[in-house]
Amino acid sequence: MPTPASGQLSLLGPEAPARASKTVRTMNVRPKNTPPVAVPQPPEQPAEPVEQPRAAKTRRMSAEAMASRQREISVSEFFTKNRHLLGFDNPAKALLTTVKEAVDNSLDACEEAGILPSIQVELLEVTDDRYRVAVQDNGPGIVKQQIPKIFGKLLYGSKFHRLKQSRGQQGIGISAAGMYGQLTTGKAVVITSRTSSARPANQFEIVLNTHKNQPEVIAERQIEWQVEHGTRVEIELQGTYKAGRNSVDAYLEQVAIANPHAEVSYLPPKNKPLVHLPRATDEMPPEPGEIKPHPHGVELGMLMKLLKESKNRTLGDTLQHDFSRVTAKVADQICETANVRPKASSRTLTLAEIERLYKSIPKVKIMAPQTRCVVPIGEELIRRGLEREIKADLYVSATRPPAVYRGNPFRVEVGLAYGGELRSETEEDEDSLEVKNGDRSQGPITLIRFANRVPLQYQQSACSIFKSVTETNWKPYGLAQPRGSLPHGPMVLLVHVASVWVPFTSESKEAVAHYPEIVKEIKLGLRECGRKLSGYLRRKERALLQAKRRNIFGVYMGELITSLNKLTGADPKRLHGQLETLAGRHTGGDEALAQAGVSDEESPDGAEEVPEAEHDPESAPPRRGPKRTATKGATRGATRSPAKKSGRKKT
Amino acid sequence: MATSKRKAKTSAESTTKKLVALGQAVVKEIQAGVDPLIEIPSRSLGNITFDEERSIIELGDQKQQRQLFNVGHARKFMQTFLIAAACKDLIAEGKTTSIRDLYYITKHTLGKTRQNTFEEQEESDPIIEDLEVTIDTLREELNLFASNRGSMVGPMTIGDTGDTIDLRHLGSGGWSVPSIVEDNVVQFGRHEAKFILLVEKDAVWRRLNEDKFWVKNRCVLLHGQGMAPRGVRRLLYRMHNELKLPIYVLVDNDPWGFYIYSVVKQGSINLAYESVRMAVPAARFIGLSSMDRDQFHLPDNVTIRLDDQDERRAKQMLEYPWFNKRTWQREIRTMLRNKVKLELEALSSRGISFISEEYLPKKLKDKQWLA
Repeated sequence: MPTPASGQLSLLGPEAPARASKTVRTMNVRPKNTPPVAVPQPPEQPAEPVEQPRAAKTRRMSAEAMASRQREISVSEFFTKNRHLLGFDNPAKALLTTVKEAVDNSLDACEEAGILPSIQVELLEVTDDRYRVAVQDNGPGIVKQQIPKIFGKLLYGSKFHRLKQSRGQQGIGISAAGMYGQLTTGKAVVITSRTSSARPANQFEIVLNTHKNQPEVIAERQIEWQVEHGTRVEIELQGTYKAGRNSVDAYLEQVAIANPHAEVSYLPPKNKPLVHLPRATDEMPPEPGEIKPHPHGVELGMLMKLLKESKNRTLGDTLQHDFSRVTAKVADQICETANVRPKASSRTLTLAEIERLYKSIPKVKIMAPQTRCVVPIGEELIRRGLEREIKADLYVSATRPPAVYRGNPFRVEVGLAYGGELRSETEEDEDSLEVKNGDRSQGPITLIRFANRVPLQYQQSACSIFKSVTETNWKPYGLAQPRGSLPHGPMVLLVHVASVWVPFTSESKEAVAHYPEIVKEIKLGLRECGRKLSGYLRRKERALLQAKRRNIFGVYMGELITSLNKLTGADPKRLHGQLETLAGRHTGGDEALAQAGVSDEESPDGAEEVPEAEHDPESAPPRRGPKRTATKGATRGATRSPAKKSGRKKT
Repeated sequence: MATSKRKAKTSAESTTKKLVALGQAVVKEIQAGVDPLIEIPSRSLGNITFDEERSIIELGDQKQQRQLFNVGHARKFMQTFLIAAACKDLIAEGKTTSIRDLYYITKHTLGKTRQNTFEEQEESDPIIEDLEVTIDTLREELNLFASNRGSMVGPMTIGDTGDTIDLRHLGSGGWSVPSIVEDNVVQFGRHEAKFILLVEKDAVWRRLNEDKFWVKNRCVLLHGQGMAPRGVRRLLYRMHNELKLPIYVLVDNDPWGFYIYSVVKQGSINLAYESVRMAVPAARFIGLSSMDRDQFHLPDNVTIRLDDQDERRAKQMLEYPWFNKRTWQREIRTMLRNKVKLELEALSSRGISFISEEYLPKKLKDKQWLA
């Protein structure tokens, strides 16, 4: 099989297979003289069957005629046909993807400029299946000349040609969203941007010429804008708004978790109230560093390109200066192993030489790439982020040390929130006095995945994060887990993979690819959090057991006091106090309960006169979140009084 | 009558005192910061001793501790005092009630839970017995009674709560023996009885009553409808000791029948603490004996095969010290050897009044009884 032919074919893009199969049919109509030919695989079919002498009569088209049809396909056209690759497969997903691309860009821009992000998202329902999405940030703004290109040209951006941790990668996202809007509604993208208060705000209306992959500016004006600096993008598109796990609401909530430094305002459609997610911290995450490629992550073609385009003369210099972690000594070693002179000009190396170099790289010991360029959210901030969005009893997190896959440094972070309002209804069954195992099987946990702080909402089961979670055995950590699936329990599990280049399974950036190094790190992070969880669960179970015991005593104590009072006339209040003290000795008292976060709301108090001071919420150790304390106090007051009344119904 | 009332009053006072003392002890423990604990004499077989001399079953010295702060004891601890308090109220109000009634009086829901103080009467009855042994008081003194069981006829006049009853003219049903037969309730009057006959079964008692067996043989005729209840046993004890009448016991020829006799004679394992005032060691076993089948030519078809449980029980009884006499060992071994048991009704195969006209008179005349 001649390689150039197949290369030519693949260049033809989507049309090629159709043509190839046509040829097969032509050949099959001539059975007698044709030697038995195995049905060829369409892509491998030679492009020149027409040149076979026998086929000459049936020739339908000359090479020249075909050449007239062969032309470049613009990327925009390609994606128009393959919009699912970018996450626009259905109206609900299209709406989310649009918001997501815009928000990702805003956050990236703010962070790069060192501005604490304030993002405003508005969803306006035009008709049932048409929405207007507006995303506004307080970023540095975009200079006037760049606006059309950034928003009206696919594969145009600042992030593709560098190795630096950021949300966006290719420069497709926002212009693809605009293109999708244009395709489905015919409306132009409206961009308003201002770079400083000293300059006017520019507003553009842009459509994308899908043939040329060029922006066309429909309108351009300067407007009054009260925003000092920032950018606002408005896209009208065909989409549907849905609530639930894959909704815009859930996405923004998760953005808030992974970006505790960002302030998010969200005006949902359908007259829902404005959601305001304030900052959990005023500290900017450190600026991720930009690194040069590490030799271990470079493929042959890439190596060729780097060597050819290098500004350095000699091979040795190129290796040293265009790659990270290559010292003079290392460069010499590589050259020596490859049997190539270090002084050779890097531009004139032969293919064979480059191949030798490529093969010798893994044989030389090279320091792992710099990892400071990968910025984690941080254990503390993950917990704060979780606390901000999820009311739970326990928050733990773990940030793994940096690791490397294919020469790309990455870091894994895991956080989890357990219990609290995540608790299922059945667990509140306070009437049962039996001491039971605290863990009750409930639905599966909620797994939220992040890559470079961007929530991943689709294709969960295709993601290496999901795989790592299901392959981890959660039973030792106190969670039920059906075979090969997510563990069960009142828990939200967060996994964040940060890298200069997150390997996604597709352009729509929905799932992290299965690199063994990444899976291993995720699993280690999960175990670290799991250990913390199991410690908590054990403590809680113990306290729960004590609480149940105390409940048993408490219930019977009330009866006993009544009886003793009848028998001896002893003062019930005094007896109660003394018995409580005694009971505390057996069950560890209030402190043990509070420590494990077990509320004593559940204790069915049989006694009628409970000294309130003892249960003063102020004296208890502070609980997480002011909200919780407040509700606790309120519920206690409400639940306690009926107990008083019913305590002594019949005796 | 006046004396008995005074007696009753002092008994009530002393019982109340005992109940209060029980409560006081626990209150003191609580106030001293000590885990509340009560000690209850153990009522298990392991704590039963047979007093050879007095020939009664007695409770040993073993005690069970019951603590509030023990998950296993807490409920029973609470129940003990619940019953105690309820009994104190009963005595104070001068009312008596059945143990079933007491179960309902004390049953209520605990706090906000779905639990009740007592779920079933089976739970409250043993607590009453616990209380009896703990404060060394009788159920009757706690103003509690069990349901009436057993009937009595005979040539005798008695007083029952102020009424005078002539046991000679009670038709076919007889006088229903109350649960409490203390002398403040039941008094013995004039009588011509020479002995007392306790039969196990109501049906046999009816036969004997209809045949006027008690008239012809001048005896008091009693039945306990199976295991003789406390009232019947106490009455037997009183009649035996106060009227000096011998007691004969007529039961089925099976291990259960033997055990009924043994309870009358030595007391029961469960109520061992009451043996002193209930057991009649001189009670005589008149039948059915394992030897009666041959002696009275009973046909084989009226026998019933011993089942496994019967055999187990019979073997157990061989070990009881109070069945240690040679005669009894022979009796039980014969039953085990023959592997059959006999019901009292089996005698009817020889004629409907065979039991009253031939069997019993012959046995009494020949002094064929076991003691």
